[in-house]
Amino acid sequence: MFEGSLLSVLIWLPILGGLLLLPLGHGRAQFVKVCALLVSLLTFLLSIPLWTGFDASTAALQFVEKTVWIDALNIHYHLGIDGIALPLIVLTTFITVLIVLAGWQVIKKNIHQYMAAFLILEGMMVGVFSAQDALMFYIFFEAMLIPMFVIIGIWGGPNRIYATIKFFLYTFLGSVFMLIGLIYMFMKSGSWNLTDLANLPLSMTEQTWLFFAFLAAFAVKIPMFPVHTWLPDAHVEAPTGGSVVLAAIMLKIGGYGFLRFSLPITPDASSEYTWLLVTLSLIAVVYIGLVAMVQKDMKKLIAYSSISHMGFVTLGLFLVFWLVKSGGNSNLAVEGAMVQMISHGFISAAMFLCVGVLYDRLHSRMIRDYGGVVNTMPWFGAFFVFFAMANSGLPGTSGFVGEFMVILASFQANFWVAFLAAVTLIVGAAYSLWMVKRVVFGSISNDAVANLTDVTSREFFILAVLALMVLLVGVWPEPLIEVMRASVQQVIEHISVSKVI
Amino acid sequence: MFSWSELIPALPEIFMLTMACVVLVAGLFTDRSKGGFLMFLSVLTVIFAAVLTVKDHTGGATLNSQLLFNETFIRDGFGDVLKLTVYLLMIPVFFYAKQYLRQHDTMSGEYFSLLLFATLGIMVMISGYNLIALYLGLELLALCSYALVAYHRKDVKSNEAAMKYFILGALASGMLLYGMSLVYGAVGSLQLNEISQAIASQDNDLFLTLGLIFIIVGIAFKLGAAPFHMWVPDVYEGAPTATTLFIASAPKIAAFALAVRILGQGMDVLMIHWQSMLATLAIVSIIIGNLFALQQTNLKRLFAYSTIGHIGFMLLGLVGGQEGYAASMFYIIVYTVMAVGGFGMIVLLSRKGYEADQISDFKGLNQRNGWYAFMMLLLVASMAGFPPLIGFFSKLYVLKAVVDQGHIWLAVIAVVFAVIGAFYYLRLIKVMYFEESDTDHAIDANVDVKTVLSINALAQLGLLVILPALFNYCIQVTQAI
Repeated sequence: MFEGSLLSVLIWLPILGGLLLLPLGHGRAQFVKVCALLVSLLTFLLSIPLWTGFDASTAALQFVEKTVWIDALNIHYHLGIDGIALPLIVLTTFITVLIVLAGWQVIKKNIHQYMAAFLILEGMMVGVFSAQDALMFYIFFEAMLIPMFVIIGIWGGPNRIYATIKFFLYTFLGSVFMLIGLIYMFMKSGSWNLTDLANLPLSMTEQTWLFFAFLAAFAVKIPMFPVHTWLPDAHVEAPTGGSVVLAAIMLKIGGYGFLRFSLPITPDASSEYTWLLVTLSLIAVVYIGLVAMVQKDMKKLIAYSSISHMGFVTLGLFLVFWLVKSGGNSNLAVEGAMVQMISHGFISAAMFLCVGVLYDRLHSRMIRDYGGVVNTMPWFGAFFVFFAMANSGLPGTSGFVGEFMVILASFQANFWVAFLAAVTLIVGAAYSLWMVKRVVFGSISNDAVANLTDVTSREFFILAVLALMVLLVGVWPEPLIEVMRASVQQVIEHISVSKVI
Repeated sequence: MFSWSELIPALPEIFMLTMACVVLVAGLFTDRSKGGFLMFLSVLTVIFAAVLTVKDHTGGATLNSQLLFNETFIRDGFGDVLKLTVYLLMIPVFFYAKQYLRQHDTMSGEYFSLLLFATLGIMVMISGYNLIALYLGLELLALCSYALVAYHRKDVKSNEAAMKYFILGALASGMLLYGMSLVYGAVGSLQLNEISQAIASQDNDLFLTLGLIFIIVGIAFKLGAAPFHMWVPDVYEGAPTATTLFIASAPKIAAFALAVRILGQGMDVLMIHWQSMLATLAIVSIIIGNLFALQQTNLKRLFAYSTIGHIGFMLLGLVGGQEGYAASMFYIIVYTVMAVGGFGMIVLLSRKGYEADQISDFKGLNQRNGWYAFMMLLLVASMAGFPPLIGFFSKLYVLKAVVDQGHIWLAVIAVVFAVIGAFYYLRLIKVMYFEESDTDHAIDANVDVKTVLSINALAQLGLLVILPALFNYCIQVTQAI
């Protein structure tokens, strides 16, 4: 029925559903929950045909929709996906269902607004991944901030206001530079179309400016060292659902932006500054990993581990330039980065949900307040240990695949880069497992822990689904890589050719 | 030579004048606590004026410009689009005024009559084609505004604001007149087209440049652009809110029209000169407006400084050449719609004897009434320029015009300060959503006011539907200039 406009449906169904919940849902908690679940479930189900109907053999855009929107500015309503966007969209719709479920009993205050915010956010995130018009991308990219701002601000922890304003201003400041860059390119090319922009010849100076404009936007979003400081604050203060969306999807938008804007539009400048990006990525991987180790707050620890894992993504994305020059296997680097993004989407979501499970019971995120949880919550303990293992990159889980691919690729580029990147396998294991040891194992540390009850069937379901996905991608990543292969190949061919005039 | 047929294109103005007098008389027979009829009459007036304006447009926005009354008055597409916007803006202004005057028990016919006279002044400013005609319109508007600001006779703040407004306004009018006289001395004509021809055919002399400077100072004062902005916060704060929301909206459109008429039509040859002056004013306004707004605790003052920043953006558009006119026009139209809504929210939350003009009055609005908190969120987010609201597109269009002219640094400064500005808008959202309310007073307003306000706020999204058409109108009518 929606064959020709599936992407539009995926964007607007949750947004409209969310908007309708605002006036209709006041004071009717049960009704709101069921509606939100139905909308998110329907969106997820509708995103499955996207995967099944996708032709992985070509890098061309699929499910394209294009009509003129504002002709005075040549802005088009232009949607379309390739193999890079597809997995991210499905990840988005999948995670949103889990978030709606996770907020089922925890959120007491204004639940209609809570659900509405997440549904609207979902539509916008799908929009970001499917927009083929640079201005559409920007609109979704920015508009996302408002629901997230509200989510952290209303349902967050004690220091939520500081955290949410910091989050908002950081990301907003980063992205306005991108806007100027986009306007500049529109002036040069007369088009907002991403393909046109990628083919637009630009001088080295222009590319350098644009590169840094994009860097400002995406480095904050992903986030990279040294502009990562908003993330621990935002994660710690956000409600569980907010942390999950932030970690699982919003960070990926930064990586997606690098892949969609920085690499194809400014390949020569990106190549020129690869050293910078690789250095910053390695700092994120090693230094932030060490920072994670000393955290006392579980959410903060996971937040820092996210930054460290995102370092792998940027490392993979920018190593490509060295690999292209040296004739190495550059596909491996980009595919590794992509797999890492998807896998981190599952693992970080699961980790935050695990902390959420604990927090809902004891209202503390401090590691010292726990100890011996496995004695009272055996199922939970099993899940938590499993996800912590995945987080540290245990072979057989999805965490291993992406990291291993990126490390392999970096060996072809430079031994020392690979060496430093591989350090993460040790550091990651250290902080994840040490936390698990202190929280889950040992003898029961206090009365509160002694009275804990194990996961409810709802929580069990959420964690089990995620565990299944982590295993699936870990054991059999081929379908995921298959889907993106042609598109990645095309990006690499594109950036191998200089576009300096 | 005068002929009766010349009156027909000027029918909207004539009608407005008549109705202003009718409302004045009708006010004598109205109960001080009612006033619904006066509002109804006023709304009807602007609607009918809109009909009179539209009826000459059979083929869309294009209208051959007509010069009337010894070429002192012009009827063209540019003027008509702006006039229609003004009519549209006056409708919520009347509704909010009724609500506000009832709260304060000061309903009278004069208030609505003054608003209608001011509207007439705006219309003359939009359509004047002669320096004297433009000045007459300006003074009509200004005198009505002084009276409207001083409307609360017994309120010290209201009087103080009116005094400041009057003295500084008279000074600015003097500057403007002085500039006009210098220009007249240099070229020997008051007609805009003749001025333009005369400037083109002679060397730029000192008189002319000096005149230009004075004229720009006058315009900048009327717009409230920094560094001629000192009156804005005081007048906005001191004036009755119903007046503030009027001053913040339609007169800005008039001042914009004045700038385009005098600078764009009369002194187009001197463009390089006035563009650099406007660029300076624009950047200073954006910086001062956004920085000073950060400190405010009074919402009216906050909006006043944010207006200064917005005016800066609008002026930035005028720097952007031909396309910039359209961008500025679009910006000012969008801005006035937002401003009216923002002040409307203050009126809505006020109640008898209590004015909700502190930021803290919006505390916990989401808990008190989620719908109006959401409406305010839309308005504020649109002012801050967050996509996908209409305020984003107006900023985008201005930035594009500026970047097209090669002034990338102007654009960079503008967006950096827009981000700084975002902070105080965020603070408003924060107060509404994240804090607990001090009061549990229910919102006390009639259904009609609530409806108008909701429409006004939803227009921030709704205008997106007609956005492409509005863009095209702005481009079409400014091309004719």
